[in-house]
Amino acid sequence: MTAEGILQILAYLSLLLLLTPPLGAYMARVMAGERTLLTPLLAPLERGLYRLAGIDPAREQHWTAYALALLAFNLMGLLLLYAILRLQAWLPLNPAGLAPVAPDLAFNTAVSFTTNTNWQAYGGETTLSFLSQMLGLTVQNFVSAATGIAVAVALIRGFARRPQPAGAGRTIGNFWADLVRGTLYILLPFALLAAIVLVWQGVPQNFDGAVTATTLEGGQQLIAQGPVASQIAIKQLGSNGGGFFNANAAHPYENPTALSNLLQSLYLLMLASGLVHSFGRMVGDVRQGRAIWMAMVLLLVAGLGIACWAEAQGNPAIAALGVDMSGSDLAAGGNMEGKEVRFGPTLSALWAVATTAASNGSVNAMHDSLTPLGGLVPLVNMMLGEVIFGGVGAGLYGMLVFVILAVFIAGLMVGRTPEYLGKKIEAREIKLALIAVLVFPLGALGGAALTTVLPSALASVQDPGPHGLSEILYAYTSATANNGSAFAGFGANTLFHNSLTGLAMLLGRFAIIVPTLAIAGSLAGKKAAPAGPGTFPTHGALFIVLLIGTILIVGGLTFFPALALGPIAEHLSLQAGTLFGAMP
Amino acid sequence: MMNSRTATLLDGRIAAQAVGVAFRKLDPRLLFRNPVMFVTAVVALLTSLIFARDLLRGGEGLLTGQIAAWLWFTVLFANFAEAVAEGRGKAQAASLRRTRTETMAKRLATIDASVWDSVAAASLRAGDLVLVEAGDTIPGDGEVVEGIATVNESAITGESAPVIRESGGDRSAVTGSTVVVSDRIVMRITANPGESFLDRMIALVEGAKRQKTPNEIALTILLVGMTIIFLLVTVTLQGFASYSGFLVPVAFLVALLVTLIPTTIGGLLSAIGIAGMDRLVTFNVIAKSGRAVEAAGDVDVLLLDKTGTITLGNRQASDFLPVAGVQERELAEAALLASLADDTAEGKSIVALARRAFGFAAADPEATAIFIPFTAQTRMSGVDIGGRRIRKGAVDRMRAWVEEQAAIGSALARELTTQVERVAKAGGTPLVVADGARILGVVALKDIVKPGIRERFATLRAMGIRTVMITGDNPLTAAAIAAEAGVDDVLAEATPERKLELIRQYQAEGRLVAMCGDGSNDAPALAQADVGVAMNTGTQAAREAGNMVDLDSDPTKLIEIVMIGKQLLMSRGALTTFSIANDVAKYFAIIPALFIAAYPPLRALNIMGLESPASAVLSAIIFNALIIILLIPLALRGVAYRPAPAASLLRRNLLIYGLGGLVVPFLGIKGIDLAINALGLV
Repeated sequence: MTAEGILQILAYLSLLLLLTPPLGAYMARVMAGERTLLTPLLAPLERGLYRLAGIDPAREQHWTAYALALLAFNLMGLLLLYAILRLQAWLPLNPAGLAPVAPDLAFNTAVSFTTNTNWQAYGGETTLSFLSQMLGLTVQNFVSAATGIAVAVALIRGFARRPQPAGAGRTIGNFWADLVRGTLYILLPFALLAAIVLVWQGVPQNFDGAVTATTLEGGQQLIAQGPVASQIAIKQLGSNGGGFFNANAAHPYENPTALSNLLQSLYLLMLASGLVHSFGRMVGDVRQGRAIWMAMVLLLVAGLGIACWAEAQGNPAIAALGVDMSGSDLAAGGNMEGKEVRFGPTLSALWAVATTAASNGSVNAMHDSLTPLGGLVPLVNMMLGEVIFGGVGAGLYGMLVFVILAVFIAGLMVGRTPEYLGKKIEAREIKLALIAVLVFPLGALGGAALTTVLPSALASVQDPGPHGLSEILYAYTSATANNGSAFAGFGANTLFHNSLTGLAMLLGRFAIIVPTLAIAGSLAGKKAAPAGPGTFPTHGALFIVLLIGTILIVGGLTFFPALALGPIAEHLSLQAGTLFGAMP
Repeated sequence: MMNSRTATLLDGRIAAQAVGVAFRKLDPRLLFRNPVMFVTAVVALLTSLIFARDLLRGGEGLLTGQIAAWLWFTVLFANFAEAVAEGRGKAQAASLRRTRTETMAKRLATIDASVWDSVAAASLRAGDLVLVEAGDTIPGDGEVVEGIATVNESAITGESAPVIRESGGDRSAVTGSTVVVSDRIVMRITANPGESFLDRMIALVEGAKRQKTPNEIALTILLVGMTIIFLLVTVTLQGFASYSGFLVPVAFLVALLVTLIPTTIGGLLSAIGIAGMDRLVTFNVIAKSGRAVEAAGDVDVLLLDKTGTITLGNRQASDFLPVAGVQERELAEAALLASLADDTAEGKSIVALARRAFGFAAADPEATAIFIPFTAQTRMSGVDIGGRRIRKGAVDRMRAWVEEQAAIGSALARELTTQVERVAKAGGTPLVVADGARILGVVALKDIVKPGIRERFATLRAMGIRTVMITGDNPLTAAAIAAEAGVDDVLAEATPERKLELIRQYQAEGRLVAMCGDGSNDAPALAQADVGVAMNTGTQAAREAGNMVDLDSDPTKLIEIVMIGKQLLMSRGALTTFSIANDVAKYFAIIPALFIAAYPPLRALNIMGLESPASAVLSAIIFNALIIILLIPLALRGVAYRPAPAASLLRRNLLIYGLGGLVVPFLGIKGIDLAINALGLV
C-alpha cells in the first residue's frame, strides 16, 4: 500500500472522528425533543405535521404500540412504492416512456427500499421513471433511515429510563414523533446540504431526458441525467445505497471529483458514527458510547487494512504473465479490474469497506472484481451483522444486541448476574437477542444454501469455482443485512431471486427490529442498579476487546465454513496458481 | 459432625456410583432437560446407525464408529459430571437426613391438656401442639408456646453446648431432631411433613427436584440459541459443499456440529449449580432456593447488626476514671470487689482490667463478703464487705442510690456528668462506682470491635459492597463505633420499622440488600431483603421470613454467603467463556479436514499441522469430550475467588478463561492428534 493511500485513510478516519461528537450531540438533542439551532425554523413545520396527522408527540407508547405503528407505517410505504412502480407508465415525470416494472421486480424493489437495503435488481436509468425515483425511492430513502434511527433511540431509552412510579407504564417513546424528528431535523437538513455540495461538484439535478452525444469514434451515446444530486445525498447519508445510475458511485455523474468521493465516503458513516455518541449522551455516560465507537473503529481499521493490502497486491495470476502490478506515478498498480481509474485500489477498497460496514451498499468499484480477500472483507463486514457503525440506527441497535450477548457471556465472571448500564440482562432479553442474532444465518446461509441446491436458482451464478459461491453468499448476505451492494456477476433479476432476496430483506429488517423493540420495552421497566466498583465495567479497553471477541466468535464464526469454501478457498487456490475455468 | 458433611472433591464411592447414574441419565426424558446434550445424544444415535449400516454393508466404518463412541462419551461425561455433583449433594443430604430419626411425639389436644396421645412425628401437621419433656427429641420445626427448656441442638448445628428455648420472646423457635435436655415445653408444629428447612435443603442439594435458577434459565436459552445457529451452519454447509462438487460425510458434519455447540458448559452447568448449593451447606447455611444464592452474588448493601457481628457480643472494661480526690487504684479496687461475683462478661472484664493494671492478687473473696447480684429492680450490683457497701451501676440509678444517703455536691455532680458524657461519646458505656455515699468514679465499658473486621469491610468496599451498621445505640455512640469498625453507613436508634424503611429505600435506588436477623420483629425486614439470613437460634417467624437459615447463628457469615454466591456466578461465566472460546481452535481443526479434498490449498488453514483429515476430526471430538471430564473438578470446586473490584476480576478471568479458552484447545487437539496417530487409531 502506498504512503499516499495510508494518508488518505488517516485523513478519512480523522474527519470521521472530528464529526462524530458534534453530530452525536445534535442528534441526541433532537431525539430528546430538545431545542436546537434548527428549532425556530422547523418547529412550526413539525407542529403542523403533528396537527395534520393528529399525533400528540408527548404521548408515550408501550413497545407493542411502538412496534405496531412502525410496522404499519412501513407496510403502507411498501404498498405505495409497489403501486408507483407498477403504475409508472401512466404517471407523470416519465420522459423516457419507461414501461411498468414487472411484478416480482416491483416487489423486490419496494421491499428493498422500505427495508433500507436498496438492493437493485434493476438498472436505475433504464427501468425507473423520475417519479418512481423521487416520489418512490427517495421518500423511502428518508423514512427507512428515520425508522432505523427511531428503533435505535427507542432501545437507548430502554437502557436510559428509570421505571416510572406505578401507573406510568413501561414506555419507549412515540414512534411518530421519532420518525418526524429524525426526518425533519436530521435527514432533510443534512441531505439538503449534502446535495448542494454535490451539485457544486458537478452532479446533475434536473428533469431532462437523456442527451445524445457523439463519441470520439463517431458513435451515438445516450447519456442519462435527472434529479441525481438529491437522491445521491440521501442514499449516502441514510445508508441506503441505491444509486440513480446502474453504475452507482463509479458513474461520473454520481461521483464526479476526488472531493465528492471523500465527502460521500464520509456521508456513508457519519450519521451512524454520530449516533454512537448520541447513545453515550442519552444514557448519561459518554464513555459508554466511546467504548462502542472504539470497538467499531478497530474492526473498521482491521477490515481496511486487509482490503487495501489485498487490492494493492493485485492478482498473482496476472503478475505471473509478466504484468507490472506495482504502483507508480503513471499507474495506480494493484488490482484494477472493475475499478474506476480515478479512484484506484485504495479509495475503492476504502469505499468497499465503508459501504459494507454501514448498511449502505453504494459502490464506487465492482465488488465482484475485488481480489478474493478484498471481497472477503465486505462480505465479513455484512456477516457480522453490519455493526461496524452500520446502517443509520440499525448499526447501533445491532451492536447493542451484541453488547447484551457479550455482557451476558462474560459479565458473570465478575460474580454478579449480568447487567448493562445498570439494567439486568435476564432470560427475556437473551431470548430476544438470540432471535435477532439467529435471523442472520437463517437469511444469509439459508438463502444461499437454497440457491446452491436448486438448479434453476443456480443459473444466476456467472462464475465457476469458489467465486461463484462467493457471489451467492454475497447476494443473500447483502439482502439479509439490508446492505444492497452486490457481486455483480450474480443475475439477481429472476422470479426466484427477486422473491427470495425480498423475503431475506424483510426478515433481516423486521425480524430484528421487533425483538429489539421488545428488548427496549423489557429494559425500560427495569430498575437500574447504580454502578460501583463491584459492577461490570463497560467503558474500558477490556470491554472493547471482549465486545470485539464476542462479535467475531458469535457473529463471525457462524460463517467461517461457508467462507472457507468461497473466498478463502479462492484466495488460497489463487496463491497456489489454481484458476477456475468456465462454468462446468 | 460438620466435617463429615464435607465430602472430598472426588470421593471414590461417589464417583463409582456416578458412573452407573451417568448411564441411567441417558433416558431421553431426563436428557431433554439439557437441550445441548439432547442434541448431542440424537446425533450420536444417528452416527451409530450409520456405523451399523456401514458394518452391515461390510464397509470400512472404523472412523465412524470411533466418532460415534466419542459422541456417546461426551453425553456420558456430562451425565457423569451432574451425577457426581448430585452424589456429593446426596451424601450431604444423607448426613442431614440422619439427623431426622423417626420419633414418636406426644400430641396434646389443647395447650393445657393433661393427657397426650403418642403419634409418629412424621404424621404431625402444622398447628399441632406437642409436649416435649427432658430426654425427648423435638419432633419437628415449631415454636415454643409454653415453658422453658434447655435444648441440645448439636444434631443441626454441631455445637454441643445446650441452648435455652422459651415461649415468647426471640428464643422461641425449635428445630426438629434436636433434643430437650432439661425441663418441659409445649410447642406448636409450624411445618407440615416434607416442608421443613431440612426437607427443602435436602431437595436442593440432591438436585432431583432442583428448579433452575433465573440466571441458569437465561444461560440455557443462550446455549439453545447457539445450538440452533450451529445446526443451521452445519445443515447449510452440505449445500455449499455440493455446489463445490463434493459431499461431506455425515459423521464429519456431526463432528463439526458437536464440537461447535457449547457442550462444555452445557454438560457442566447443572453440576456448577448443585456444587454451589453444596458449598453453602458445607458452611452450615441452608438456602431455601437457588435463586437466593444467585441473589447473594448481586448484593450491594449489607445490613449488619452491631452486637455480635461488628463488635464482640459483650462490652469490656477499658478505663477507670476516678473523680477528683480519688486515686485510680482505689476506684479499681472498689470496682474489682464489686465485680468479683459478677459472672457477666462485663463483670469479668472489670476484674481482669483491675488485676492487669494494678496487680491485685487473684485471691478468693473473703467469706464475710455478701454479694448483691444485679436485678432488674435495683439495676445495680455490688458487695457488702467489712462494713463497706460498694455498688456499681448505671449513672442515673447510682446517683439516686447515693442521694438516698447524702446529697451530692454540685461540683462533683458536674464532674461526673462530664465524664459520663465523654465515655458515651467515645462509643462506650459508663458504669458509676460508689462506696457508700462516696462516689469514686466511672468505669468505662467499651464495645470491642472484632479483630480483623475493619479489613473485611475494606475488602467488601473494594468489591463494591456497602456495609451498614444497625444498632439501637444513640447516634453519638453509634458513630464512634462505626468509625472504628470502618463501616460505610450507620442506622442508629434502629427500630424494626426504620430497618424496613432503610431496606426499601436502598431497593428503590436499585440496590440489592442482604441482612441477617433473629427476632420476630426482624421478620418483615428479613422478608423484604433480597437475601435474608435468619439465625437458627431465632424465632420461627424470622426463620420463615428469611430465605436462608444459618445453622451456626453466626451473623458475620453473611459475608461468606455473598462470596459463595459470587463464586457460583463466576464459575458459570468462566466456563461459558471458556466453552465458547474453544470453538476457534475446533474450527481450525475441522474445517480444513472437511474441505481439503475439494480444495487442497485449504491445507494452509491446518495451522496445527494435524496428521490427516480423519485424525483431525477425531482429535477435535475427543478433546471436546475429555475437556468435560477435566473441568469437573473446577465445576465442583468453583473458580478461585478472591475479593477484588469487578474490573480486576474481569481482567484476571478473561485472561485465564477467555485467552485460555482460545489457546488450550489448540494444544490439546494437537496433543491428541499426536497420540492417536502414535496409537494407530486412524
